[in-house]
Amino acid sequence: MSEQPVRVAQLSCGPEHSGVQKEIYDAAAAVNAEMFFPDVTLADIRRSYDAFGLEARSGDLKLAIARAMALVEGKVEADAVFIATCFRCAEAAIVRNELRRYIHEHSDLPVVSYSFTERTTSGTLLTRMEALTTIARRRALLAREVQTGTTMGIDSGSATTKAVIMQDNKIIGTGWMPTTEVMDSANGVIEAALKEAGLEMADIEALGTTGYGRYLIGKKLGADLIQEELTVNSKGAVYLADRQRGEATVIDIGGMDNKAISVQDGIPGTFTMGGICAGASGRFLEMTAKRIGVDITDLGQIAMKGISKTVPMNSYCIVFGTQSLVNALAEGNSKEDVAAAACRSVAEQVFEQQLQEVDIKEPVIMVGGTSLIEGLVHEMGELLQTNILVPHHSQYIGAVGSALLASGFIEEK
Amino acid sequence: MAKVFIFPATSLVLSDMVERWGHEALGAATGIRERIQTASLDSPPLQMTPEDPKKGLKYAAVEVPCGVRGRMSLYGPMIEEADAAIIINDADLSFGCMGCARTNELVMFMVRQRKGMPVLDIKYPQTDDEGVAFVTQIKEFLTGLEGESDE
Repeated sequence: MSEQPVRVAQLSCGPEHSGVQKEIYDAAAAVNAEMFFPDVTLADIRRSYDAFGLEARSGDLKLAIARAMALVEGKVEADAVFIATCFRCAEAAIVRNELRRYIHEHSDLPVVSYSFTERTTSGTLLTRMEALTTIARRRALLAREVQTGTTMGIDSGSATTKAVIMQDNKIIGTGWMPTTEVMDSANGVIEAALKEAGLEMADIEALGTTGYGRYLIGKKLGADLIQEELTVNSKGAVYLADRQRGEATVIDIGGMDNKAISVQDGIPGTFTMGGICAGASGRFLEMTAKRIGVDITDLGQIAMKGISKTVPMNSYCIVFGTQSLVNALAEGNSKEDVAAAACRSVAEQVFEQQLQEVDIKEPVIMVGGTSLIEGLVHEMGELLQTNILVPHHSQYIGAVGSALLASGFIEEK
Repeated sequence: MAKVFIFPATSLVLSDMVERWGHEALGAATGIRERIQTASLDSPPLQMTPEDPKKGLKYAAVEVPCGVRGRMSLYGPMIEEADAAIIINDADLSFGCMGCARTNELVMFMVRQRKGMPVLDIKYPQTDDEGVAFVTQIKEFLTGLEGESDE
């Protein structure tokens, strides 16, 4: 029997006029969710924007405020909330941010906010919708704190593929390689992980996949759990950092996009995904390492020896950022300073573009391959004025989260 | 008969008054009716497509949010087509809500920029007396338009 659709309340301004409403519907349908607009009366709208205290001029934003209050007050029932407004609208950005914070503080509804352009596609929205529906639908699974049995997690990221084998709450095998052909890379990391663990594939009791290649790998290998990386990484991060209870913020600067997730008891509350430009991604750091002639694994330590502020670097574009890098080297700056500036540039964009959209609650846990770049972690810590936690095996976060969650399926077999 | 652009463009009261005095009201209902009566189903509920914000580039630059440009692709052609316009300033939400404050600013600016076009620019009434004066002013404006076309 098919599951009931997850009811996602839409609070928005503009998507129907921008031609992206259909994309929102398509993304929701792909994960068996149903978008709806909470019903409110004219009196509710008048009362709400006075009571909320934010004097938005836009009628649609006033309506969004009234709808948010109806959800919080329980006048309208929903499983999750999707907030969407135009990219570049200052008023909408203020309302979007305050509504997200308001719902997060006054209810346990998972919220995702997104600023769209007319080029937003359902594919862009899919991971966010999938995360929303997972949180609403699989709270019991996400509450899992201990891995049991022998399970494997595979994380097929845009840059690298990782596999982890866990047994009785311990990591016993790992595999890592750059992502080329998705299945070839997956088979490679599986082989490495099995070898390290001294096991055969037949010994694996449950399998979970995540990352961009999750569907392909999950289908081919008959995975028990095929899950987007927002929920999986949150779970993996709090597990590895031993912060399963209470608040935390997870930052994952990836090869292609970045995730900033506000977590409560291991369950994501609000999150953002994607940056403005690849200038705020692991790719830019890879390019930097190549340009200054060092291995990416050494970049972080080199950056720690430099002073980031001596080299001006464009934080908002990978092309201009690279220009700044080339100019800085041509002007005779040391590779240490350039490496530090590149780390700062990435941290700044993530801080300014993404971390403003989630509530930063300590501890801040950095995960993913870039969390091993010491200079980047240092710069992020400087910007956030906090000591950032980088758990062991942080680069395997998605695979660990998958292996942990997949163990919930062993009992069902 | 004159084509009268109304603001707020969603106001049924204004639309009705314009029609009662024998003119054609140009408002949101006109633009949206065309959208929802289009045979294909592109982007419910308005059947806007990503092409519309591109058409809106005629009225607002690319750095303006896509929701503004999408709305302008509806309102812009109507303002160009209008013979006259009525702008109600600071209207109550119930009088005809216009969704986007930034679009509203641009729409009113465009109307006021149309040199030579008669525009009734009045404030939304707050009392009964002001309400009577408000309706009278609109009536006189619309009757005057009839006079102009009669000449």
